[in-house]
Amino acid sequence: MKDKRAITSNPDAPPVLEVRDLRTVFLTDAGPVRAVDGVSFTVRAGETLGIVGESGSGKSVTALSLLRLLEEPARIIGGEVRFQGRDVLAMSAEELRALRGDSMAMVFQDPMTGLNPVIRILRQLTEHMVAHGRQTPQVAKRRAISLLGRMGITAPERTVTSFPHQFSGGMRQRVMLAMGFANDPALLIADEPTTALDVTIQAQILDLLRGLNEDFGTAILLISHDLGVIGNVCKRVAVMYAGEVVEEAPTAEVLADPRHPYAWALINAVPRIDQPLGADRRLTSIEGAPPDPLNLPTGCRFTPRCPFKLAKCETHHPPLAEVAPGRLARCWVTQAGQVLPRAGGAGVPASPRERTEPRQPLLSVRNLTKHFPLPRDSLFSPQRVVHAVNGIDLDVARGETLGIVGESGCGKSTLARLITRIHKPTSGSITFDGQEIAQASAAAIRPLRRRMQMVFQDPYASLNPRMRVGDILAEPLIAHGLARRGAEARERVAELLSTVGLNPAWASRFPHEFSGGQRQRISIARALALHPDLVVADEPISALDVNIQAQILNLMLDLQQRLGLTYIFIAHDLAVVRHLCDRVLVLYLGKVMESAPSAELFARPLHPYTSVLLSAVPVPDVAAQQTRRRVILQGEPPSTLALPTGCPFRSRCPIARPICETPPPLTEHAPGRWAACHFPGAFDPQEASPRLGLHGLAC
Amino acid sequence: MSGASITIPAAPSRRRRMWRRYGLAGIGAGIVLAWLLVALLAPWIAPYNPDFVDVANRLQPPSATHWLGTDALGRDCFSRLLWGARISLLAGFTVVLLGALFGTFVGMVAAYARGWVDEALMRLTDLVLCFPPIILALAIAAALGIGTRNTIIAMLVVWWPKFARLARALALVQRGQEYVEAAVVLGLKPARILGRHIVPNAIGPLVVLVTLDVGNAIITFAGLSFLGLGVVPPTPEWGAMVAEGRELVEQWWVATFPGLAILSIVLGFNFLGDGVRDWLDPKARSR
Repeated sequence: MKDKRAITSNPDAPPVLEVRDLRTVFLTDAGPVRAVDGVSFTVRAGETLGIVGESGSGKSVTALSLLRLLEEPARIIGGEVRFQGRDVLAMSAEELRALRGDSMAMVFQDPMTGLNPVIRILRQLTEHMVAHGRQTPQVAKRRAISLLGRMGITAPERTVTSFPHQFSGGMRQRVMLAMGFANDPALLIADEPTTALDVTIQAQILDLLRGLNEDFGTAILLISHDLGVIGNVCKRVAVMYAGEVVEEAPTAEVLADPRHPYAWALINAVPRIDQPLGADRRLTSIEGAPPDPLNLPTGCRFTPRCPFKLAKCETHHPPLAEVAPGRLARCWVTQAGQVLPRAGGAGVPASPRERTEPRQPLLSVRNLTKHFPLPRDSLFSPQRVVHAVNGIDLDVARGETLGIVGESGCGKSTLARLITRIHKPTSGSITFDGQEIAQASAAAIRPLRRRMQMVFQDPYASLNPRMRVGDILAEPLIAHGLARRGAEARERVAELLSTVGLNPAWASRFPHEFSGGQRQRISIARALALHPDLVVADEPISALDVNIQAQILNLMLDLQQRLGLTYIFIAHDLAVVRHLCDRVLVLYLGKVMESAPSAELFARPLHPYTSVLLSAVPVPDVAAQQTRRRVILQGEPPSTLALPTGCPFRSRCPIARPICETPPPLTEHAPGRWAACHFPGAFDPQEASPRLGLHGLAC
Repeated sequence: MSGASITIPAAPSRRRRMWRRYGLAGIGAGIVLAWLLVALLAPWIAPYNPDFVDVANRLQPPSATHWLGTDALGRDCFSRLLWGARISLLAGFTVVLLGALFGTFVGMVAAYARGWVDEALMRLTDLVLCFPPIILALAIAAALGIGTRNTIIAMLVVWWPKFARLARALALVQRGQEYVEAAVVLGLKPARILGRHIVPNAIGPLVVLVTLDVGNAIITFAGLSFLGLGVVPPTPEWGAMVAEGRELVEQWWVATFPGLAILSIVLGFNFLGDGVRDWLDPKARSR
């Protein structure tokens, strides 16, 4: 397996983009915020550079500064940006317009808002080429169709006449990429291009980016918070923290041996799907939060959180200096030659947690369905129905953690809202500790609510912005008569805040005064207020930075041990599920594809869908990327408006045969291992060949 | 530190920014406040009794004794203008506040209950919206008889639906928010969810509409009075005063000054409403 990327990257290639000491500030009411503070890097022709960092590190502002897309109150106050030898910061508005979308193109994070909803795809693509005077309309049309084909859109001749709303998120991101590539740019800047997408679609887009870099020699600047994504595409990476580049080096070397403690923390905070689980399931996480951008420390900006700090770090700001050939780091510790330790845990064989005696299930769900009728287009049009959940069975034993995974639209969030009875099921039964609640009235369920709580995905939407944190936490206590208004409630609120690791004095603050991670802690505290038995967590960490994710996961593990909680943990991040869960349920189109103890499912998946999902997860290790054979699932899940007959996965399955037209029942193939497939365990990604219509890819 | 040599440009001064953001709103607030004071203090600051008829001095042009002249019955236009502010503001605020209260209640209940309750309430709203508001108000006012109270009632009947519509839309947005779902999972009662979680978060645009709408209500009330439905003569009211001056082409002051009064107060409420909208919109606020 040869590394194809080595061919295109050439250390002597002319630089496409040179950034020297770039400084961008936001002039806010409270004072100037130095979002980008002296950033330098070079991207050579055909090179791939990744920028990684947590939110607020300045990585997106850097990208926007390169194209001068920032508006007041942001201002570039210093430095130099040279693109193909021309000074971007000195360009006139006219010159900038000619540059943007032409030789320097940009793809943004959110494919849902990046396209104009009232203009057909074709116009949006050709407009762009014609406006820059590159093509005549006829040629542009042909080029648009061939580009869409290259981006992996099927039957582009037909689909170009569609409107954006007829495309899914993944397809729109392909259109955005086609727009980016339409004028043969020398540099493509992609700002979190896959963050809004599912893991299978992410794998497709990353594969596409890599291919485009190889085929067209376009240099790519990829911005992401996910080191796995960067490691997948980029040869070099710059790690940003508090507006500065703290480490720059070849990606493989950073991943294997980080030379800045922040990079070290980023790498070790992420659970890895390709490494054995340690006996201790706590993740390495660094405490604290990034520094206040209005009040940066005088020394190294990472000092307050750094586990390796020296006396010098407090007072002297380190320069970005070479710590090894081709490797730069902004750290006194590694510049003095010290090596950062490897995180513990890896290498210790996983001891599956003892789950021997079959226990009384706390929650049992049988044949649960939920159909949402859509509003009729007209009086006479047929009723259309979204089949969100289509006959799910599951059991959760007391004290265990059940993981639920699947792509978006597989019904996992609906399932969570059915179990907690935010929605009423269409049919089926939900038994919670012996009581049937599927069709019970709101009043009948209210007493049971105490024992079954939920943690939501978006920490910015799940707390009422107009209530103080103390009131948010006291409200359920008072409503259920667990505490009287006043001193008793205040005391209990303080207790709850310290349980989740927050300062009890913060009860009088409003939610907007907290960071995302702190809000999620408040959300967990609210769920714990009523002493629940079961906590349903709907993607509780997917909106958070990796280091905060590790903190929240550690908190959830601690609370489970201390309070004996039972979790239903919904996620799309398989590495996290593997890390946290005892058993895993894989959903597709509202049906269970596979259900098995976590360790066994990840070691030897029975259902081809599980296999494909697992192989799509990007791993932050370049060497492992090269040996791991990845199967990239083509296409997208079918519409839930009309369910396919037979096996729901049939249309995308690499090993589908005629027998799959009859729906496979969910059967137990080994103790505790259920799968709904006619050929359980028959698909092995390691042996997948292109003959199966798959894009087998060695990277 | 390498950043020491970098000079950071100063942001525009706080005063300049506040003026750019809220200057017009401040002017609007000033106009509204001035009219409120006038309405409150009319009995003391008006130089004459507004209803005092002095036929000998009828249709006098503006002068030192009668600042804005006298009308066809010799009443002092300036005093009548000051007294007129009372009726206009009273009618405007009453109609909008009561209309908003009722409309918001209907809209929020419809959004929270959904199903047939929503259907019934919203069809009723549509039914009222079907009629041209001024004509419907005219018909109702004519049926109830002339008078300030009856005109206000007539206006209320046509005023609430727009608030119901807006409140329902706002509540529907809030209903899908995760913190409302969280409140359901916590087992809170519907009234509490509506009152504590949905209403406070949906109220912003309603406040904007209320502020902008007082001006509208004042115009409509003046319009109904102009058509002879609003107030019982000789009550001083701007719309009625314009109507009295309608035929008097030579005596321009009779109709012009009440017209300007209406213009200024409506403008004041519009400026104020725009300011409130910017203030409640965090995106506009950061500029």
